[in-house]
Amino acid sequence: MNDIYIARSGAVASRVLGGEIVIMSATDSTLFSLSEVATIIWQAADGNTPLSEIVRQRICSEFDVAQDAAYRDAQVFVDDLARHGILRVSDEPIDSNEPGIAIPAGAPSMKNP
Amino acid sequence: MSLMQKLNGKALRMGVPLSVHLDITYRCNERCEHCYLDHEDHGEMTAAEIRSLLRQLADAGVFFLVISGGEPLVRRDCFEIIEYARTLGFNVKLKTNAILIREEEAQRLRALGVEQVQVSVYSHRDEIHDAITKVRGSLKRTLAGIRWMRAAGLKVTLANVLMRSNSGDGDGVRAIAAEVGAFYTLDPTITPMMDGGTSVLQHRISRDELKAVFSDATLVGDAESFCAPPPPIDDEVREGLPCSAGHTACYVSPYGDVYPCVQFPLACGNIRKQGFLDIWRDSPQFAEVRSIRGKDLGTCSSCAHLGTCTRCPGLAYMEGNMRGPSTADCEKSFVRTGIPTAGMLARAKSGQSAHSASHGAASGLVQIQSL
Repeated sequence: MNDIYIARSGAVASRVLGGEIVIMSATDSTLFSLSEVATIIWQAADGNTPLSEIVRQRICSEFDVAQDAAYRDAQVFVDDLARHGILRVSDEPIDSNEPGIAIPAGAPSMKNP
Repeated sequence: MSLMQKLNGKALRMGVPLSVHLDITYRCNERCEHCYLDHEDHGEMTAAEIRSLLRQLADAGVFFLVISGGEPLVRRDCFEIIEYARTLGFNVKLKTNAILIREEEAQRLRALGVEQVQVSVYSHRDEIHDAITKVRGSLKRTLAGIRWMRAAGLKVTLANVLMRSNSGDGDGVRAIAAEVGAFYTLDPTITPMMDGGTSVLQHRISRDELKAVFSDATLVGDAESFCAPPPPIDDEVREGLPCSAGHTACYVSPYGDVYPCVQFPLACGNIRKQGFLDIWRDSPQFAEVRSIRGKDLGTCSSCAHLGTCTRCPGLAYMEGNMRGPSTADCEKSFVRTGIPTAGMLARAKSGQSAHSASHGAASGLVQIQSL
């Protein structure tokens, strides 16, 4: 399996709303609402952790799914966000200081009223 | 239902201010004849105060942030403010006249991930645009800024406020938008000054000119449907909210005052004295705005246009009653459909014309009061 590395693009806005992450691409103004699993992948997209590790450590252990199936689903999600410029994908670790890479502080989450 | 509608519905249910309009200054390098602002600096928030506000807005769940003014770029720290907002994850839209934007500034806005920039363009003719802004050469500089932004790959919208002096120039501005690859939006509404002054209303276009706008299919889509008589009012309309102001959106002035909307000068609190969330959740003014439903709108609740009118509660408030009609919106509903509104009929009964209600309302206008 050729592993990949993923990093959040700097050209997006994101916010946690009611436990769900919403993301808007500044490139094409597409709005996304991420599922629970997709949220985990998004939050773990630090440019340094291989996708297979994210899937193994954060998804398989949490959701009791087979690694191969979970990895294929994760790839589909990653490809979709990459097409909209929301994730950057590389077969090598991605330097988070490169232009266009999000500051990995993550989106602040709202306090419940 | 679109994802945006779902997002708005969720924010409404949760009481989250999804969108905030933040003016970081009222100072400006233009003096537009129709502008509703006082351009003197009466104590703008410092950069540190704005950073603190932005952190509070992020914690409150604000996602869409409009940064505007005045001209926001007259603040030397404007880019630092935008950069900080972006690190907090906001979707940032900038409103500017683009006069101070050159290649470097455009590239920086693009690098910061600003989602959209809106620029006011009043005419394709220098003499008309410059006469409105009262700055010679402003159209040339604005268009240069727009071109730099488009070259940098930014999404740009040309906002064309339609007035008596430029009412024939909409097509010219649209042609510029098409040429540079920008979006175009037209606004026929001139609002009173934030301090209640109504002198700027003299610039509003005539009824005939408004009718021409509403009949233009390239602007409104299906003009026949757009100008059709309103459908019967049902319970959903009677129980409906007037607009998002105070529900999922609000406005913050350069002085830290919080209002339901930039067009709704009902002071709800000041972030120099209270936390943003305390104001948003607990202000009696916000509570009052949130309590209003279609059925509570006095004259308007019995109007045939209730479900389709663009009635602005802020403009109604500036005429003296946030539950009352907004003369400008009565006018639009009437011109669009040919059917008089309940507000117009009530004014006719009391012997007051729409014109005098709109232009002579100064004594009834509510001035902004600092908290």
